Amino acid sequence: MIYWELFLAFFIPGIVGYGGGPASIPLIQTEVVNRYGWLTVEEFGELLAIGNALPGPIATKMAGYIGYEVGGVMGASVALFATVAPSLVIMIFLLGILYKFKDSPRVKRMTALIKPTIAILLGVLAFQFFDTSVVNTGWLQTGFLIIISWLLLEKWKVHPAFVIAGALLYGGLFLGHGA
Amino acid sequence: MDISLQRDLFIAFFRSGMLGYGGGPATIPLVHKEVVERFKWMNDQEFADVLALGNALPGPIATKMAGYIGYRVGGWVGLINGLIATVLPTVLLMIGLIGLLSSYRDSRIVAGMTAAVAPVVGVMLFVLTVQFLKQSKKGIGLLITLALSIVSLIAYQFLNIHPAIVIGILIAYGLLARPKGEKKGEASS
Repeated sequence: MIYWELFLAFFIPGIVGYGGGPASIPLIQTEVVNRYGWLTVEEFGELLAIGNALPGPIATKMAGYIGYEVGGVMGASVALFATVAPSLVIMIFLLGILYKFKDSPRVKRMTALIKPTIAILLGVLAFQFFDTSVVNTGWLQTGFLIIISWLLLEKWKVHPAFVIAGALLYGGLFLGHGA
Repeated sequence: MDISLQRDLFIAFFRSGMLGYGGGPATIPLVHKEVVERFKWMNDQEFADVLALGNALPGPIATKMAGYIGYRVGGWVGLINGLIATVLPTVLLMIGLIGLLSSYRDSRIVAGMTAAVAPVVGVMLFVLTVQFLKQSKKGIGLLITLALSIVSLIAYQFLNIHPAIVIGILIAYGLLARPKGEKKGEASS
């Protein structure tokens, strides 16, 4: 019973939430806090803050942790499955069809037409990250970090792992106090 | 089962997951780096298709990428492998470190650390944006690329139209309209 509830609580945000994991967080909150009462609003907010301090996708971190708290290892597995599986199955099915007909002129044209819109989508996402950064650290720090990370990544071809590690270190040392 | 391939798959998605601060979307450029540039399992066009469908469907984007790419590269084992590498490490960190993390939750140092990563992720996404636009210009020409970009930008940023709708329309047009040079009644594939 508890597993069925866990499944539903994460299945619904997973198939209704467009725009990736972060967009489904309010939907998860509705289920977990309002419908099933597993957490209070404060607890959910605290959990979200902790989740955001860690890397990786946020929806699965929330599902895994809440599933574990509510129903142990089995609960975590059920919640993760409900979050990940439904949209992934559809994705594999549709891309499988696409791949089968990849030499068809129509499929070729379709994938060509999609590219600019995906580029813009990534651009909008980039802008959102810049915007968040300006709100959190101001124009000066954001501009500085953009220029430095661009130089490191693109000009000097440093692996992103080192750039991100460097940013974490810089943030911990210089952005933690004043702002 | 190809062990070294599965090991590479695990490494690729583990690294992307552990470096992506800002949820699944932040891992997109990192996954691109591993899948297209490092291991060359896909070209940019195929990666863009994965992103397009991933964005047109609901649910988290990181696991859709990991699951599908894992499946394409290494079958069902690859699918499970890619998913585990993306999801499990951070979930375990969350469960294991919750006590420690909650005492540092309000720490300004932790906040400063994650804040400094946001512009880096932004730069990586922007680089990918430029790269895709350049390729598109090469493929379908400057004019169509520009027109589709401007329409998309207005739709996403100013009209708040959901990407799934724009992508859906483009997919439908691409598949249904008759390509130039194809004769009436000729089969499409």
